[in-house]
Amino acid sequence: MNSILDYALLGGFSILSVALLLSMVRLLKGPSLPDRVVALELIASITVGLIGLYAIRSGKDAYIDVTMVLALTAFLAAIGFARYLEKGGNRDDH
Amino acid sequence: MITELLSAVFLLAGCFFMLVAALGVFRMPDLLTRMHATTKSGVLGAGLIMVAAMLFFSESSVTLKALAVMAFTTLTSPIAAHTIGRAGYFIGVPLWHKTVKDELKGRYDEENHVLNSSNQPPKDPKNNVK
Repeated sequence: MNSILDYALLGGFSILSVALLLSMVRLLKGPSLPDRVVALELIASITVGLIGLYAIRSGKDAYIDVTMVLALTAFLAAIGFARYLEKGGNRDDH
Repeated sequence: MITELLSAVFLLAGCFFMLVAALGVFRMPDLLTRMHATTKSGVLGAGLIMVAAMLFFSESSVTLKALAVMAFTTLTSPIAAHTIGRAGYFIGVPLWHKTVKDELKGRYDEENHVLNSSNQPPKDPKNNVK
């Protein structure tokens, strides 16, 4: 099939790849640990989008479940990092 | 045919907002402005892509799951941003040098996590930015 949706999917995949690359640069550069946590959260959100696109492309609705679980775990990771920082955890970013 | 077209439009809009969020986290000068960019447009991008999936599959089970994802990200993203911003302020992440207003400055005790109320005079009046 060569419909509009296919071209849109192709464009969407490439846009999300660029977005993933940009947030990966921020994840590597820092400069502080909360900046990295924000970048990680954005990467999880972009991955939710990528899996949603892949669900449309493959036509299998089971991938929507994966996005649900991924959104859950990203939230838990952010909360865990924030608690760790607030209670004075060890960090070597400065 | 028309649902495919609508799905493509929503999908590209979602990807565009994701790109805006990534550009914000890449270009913005400090932690709080970066969070300002990512939390809102990240949620909007994921939600729009879920709308595209809903329109494409048009089954009740998929619609319910995608609505659950949207509701969940809408509920949790502000909470996560709040806790990370709070933790970042507590551990003293520097603000941007052009920051206009920092009302907690001078009122907040970083050792004991105690906040002076605005009725009491702050301990160090020099740091109190009005």
